[in-house]
Amino acid sequence: MELVYGHPKSLKPVQTKYCPGCGHGVIHRLITEVIDEMGMQEKSIILNPVGCSIWASLYFDFDSVQVPHGRTPAGATAVKRMLPDHLVICYQGDGDLAAIGTAEAVHAANRGEKFTTIFVNNAIYGMTGGQMAPTTLVGQKATTAPYGRDPVEAGMGYPIRVLEMLATLGGTKYLARGAVNNAANVRKTKQYIKKAFEAQMRGEGSSMVEILSQCPTNWAMDPVDSVGWVESAMMPFYALGEVKNELAGAGKEAGK
Amino acid sequence: MAAEKRLMKGNEAMGEAAVRAGCDAYFGYPITPQNELTAYMAKHMIDHKRVFIQAESEVSAINMVYGAAATGARAMTSSSSPGVSLKQEGISYACGADVPMVIVNVARSGPGLGGISPAQGDYFQSTRGGGHGDYHHIVLAPKSVQEAADLTFEAFDLADEWRMPAMILADGMIGQMMEGVVLPEPKDPATRVAKPWAVGNKGKRTELNHVDSTQLVPENFEKALHVRYARYDEIKKTVVRWEEQNLEDADLILSAYGTSARVCLGAMQMARKLGLKVGLLRPITLWPFPEQRFGALAGKRFLVVEMSMGQMVEDVRLYTHGKSEVSFYGRCGGMIPTEEDVLAEIRRILKK
Repeated sequence: MELVYGHPKSLKPVQTKYCPGCGHGVIHRLITEVIDEMGMQEKSIILNPVGCSIWASLYFDFDSVQVPHGRTPAGATAVKRMLPDHLVICYQGDGDLAAIGTAEAVHAANRGEKFTTIFVNNAIYGMTGGQMAPTTLVGQKATTAPYGRDPVEAGMGYPIRVLEMLATLGGTKYLARGAVNNAANVRKTKQYIKKAFEAQMRGEGSSMVEILSQCPTNWAMDPVDSVGWVESAMMPFYALGEVKNELAGAGKEAGK
Repeated sequence: MAAEKRLMKGNEAMGEAAVRAGCDAYFGYPITPQNELTAYMAKHMIDHKRVFIQAESEVSAINMVYGAAATGARAMTSSSSPGVSLKQEGISYACGADVPMVIVNVARSGPGLGGISPAQGDYFQSTRGGGHGDYHHIVLAPKSVQEAADLTFEAFDLADEWRMPAMILADGMIGQMMEGVVLPEPKDPATRVAKPWAVGNKGKRTELNHVDSTQLVPENFEKALHVRYARYDEIKKTVVRWEEQNLEDADLILSAYGTSARVCLGAMQMARKLGLKVGLLRPITLWPFPEQRFGALAGKRFLVVEMSMGQMVEDVRLYTHGKSEVSFYGRCGGMIPTEEDVLAEIRRILKK
C-alpha cells in the first residue's frame, strides 16, 4: 500500500521547544516534506540564525551551520559557493534579516547567491521576549513600543516589506510570501518552498519565501486568536503571493 | 632547479603564499594598506577557478570565511586594523565553533579611523581574544616579505591542525614594501588534515555535523571550555616560536616583533660595533607567547620596542615575573622608530 502521509524523514521525531501555537514547527515540517520529496536529505544544509530558530539543528535531520545574528546570508553564501550541489537553506527571522542583517540579506540577494532564504515574519522578536521588530505593524504593541509602533511622533520607522524591497534587485529570481495560519495557506506556502528549492538546484539565482507566522506568546494572544490576527492585521499590509517570479519556465508553471 | 626568487610586495607575497597553500576561498573588503592583497586574490583565485568574493563589509567577509571553512574548505580574509575590529565578532564565533581560518591584519595606526601608516597597536586585540568570551587564536608576526609569505603558507596548516583561526599580524610596512622572496612549492591537497567535523558531503557518515558555538547549559559549556583550554596548553608547548641572537653575554636584551624587531636588529648590530653587549629576542608567535623563554631570562635587563604606546611590553613584564628591569621605547601614530633612535635608548639605559 502506498504511504500517503507520515512524519517527514528529514525532520527528527522529537518534541520542539517552540511555544504552543508557534508557526516554526509547521514551517519546519513544510521544509522537510519538500526535501524528502526532492530526495535531498543527504545533501541539505541549514544555516540557522540567532533567535527562536537557533534550535533548528535539534530538529532538522541534516547538517547545520550556526552563524552570528544577521550574518546568516553571508554564511549561506559561502556554504553554497563551496557546495553548489547541496540544498542550502538560510533560515531567518524578521530581526535577523530585516534589522541587524539587512546588509547581508540585500547583498547576498543582489549577488544572486543560489541558496534559498526562508524568512519567518512574525512581526516581533521572539527569543528575546517581544521587542519591536522591523516588521512590527504600525500601532502594534511590543515591550520596546509599549504604546504601539509609532513611526511619526516616536520615530520608530515603518514596517519593512522585505520582498518588495528585494524585488528591485537583479539577483533575485523568485520571491514569494505565504502564511501558516490556516491549511490552505500552509499548502500554498509549501508550493512556494518547493518552487524555490527546485530553482536553487537548477542554479537560477536568489530565492526567498517569506512566511507570515504567528507568535502567540509575544503577541499575548491565544493560538486561535493569533492565527486570526495573521489574517486580519498582517495580510492587509503583507500581501500573499508571488512578488517576483523570473524563473525559467515561470510562464509554464503559472497554471499550477 | 633552484627555487625562483621574485621581487614582490608583502601584500602580494602573502596572497601568492595563500594560493600555494591551497586557499579555496577568499573574502575581503577594501581597506588601506592591504588592498594589493585583495586585488591579488581577485585575479589569482579566479584564474585558479577558486572562490573570490568582494563582500559588502568586513563583517560579512569574516562570516563568509566562517561558512566556507565550515564546509572544510581552506578559507581566508585580509584587512587592516579598523576592518579587523569589525571581524572580531566572527572570530569569536569561529573560536567558539572551532572553525579554522586564516586572517591577515596588515595593521595601521589607531584608535578609530587613525591613519594608514604602519603601527603595532593591535597586539592586545590579537593576542587577548579581540571579541567577546574566553578564547585565543594563533597569531604569527612576520618581520619581512619572505617571512610573511612563509607564515601565511604555514598558517593554513596550523589553523587546520589546531581547529582555530590563525592570524598573520603584519603591518603597513610589511604589506607595502618590496623584497626578494622565494615562495613555497604548492601544497599537495592530499596532505591536508582531514576534517570529519565539516558540514556537507555526508556520504556514509552516520552522525550529523553541526558547526555551532552555542551551548546554553552552563555545566556543559564549562566542560567544553576546559577541553578547549587543554588544547591551548598543547599549542603553547608545540607551536610557540621565536628568534634570538646574542643573548649569552647580553647586558641588555631588545625585544620586539615584526617591523620593530627588524629595526632592533640593526640597532643591535650598531651597538655591538660600539662594544655594547646587546641581544635580541623576537617573538614570532605572539600567541602562544614565548612565556618560558622569557621566564628563563628573568633577571636580565630588557628594552621592548614597539610601534605603539606599549602593549607587548606587558607580556614581557608578566613572563619575567617581576625579576627583570623592563624598559620601553615606542613610536606611535604611524611613526616608525629608527635604528639610531633605538641605539640612543640602548646607550641611555646602559649609560654608555
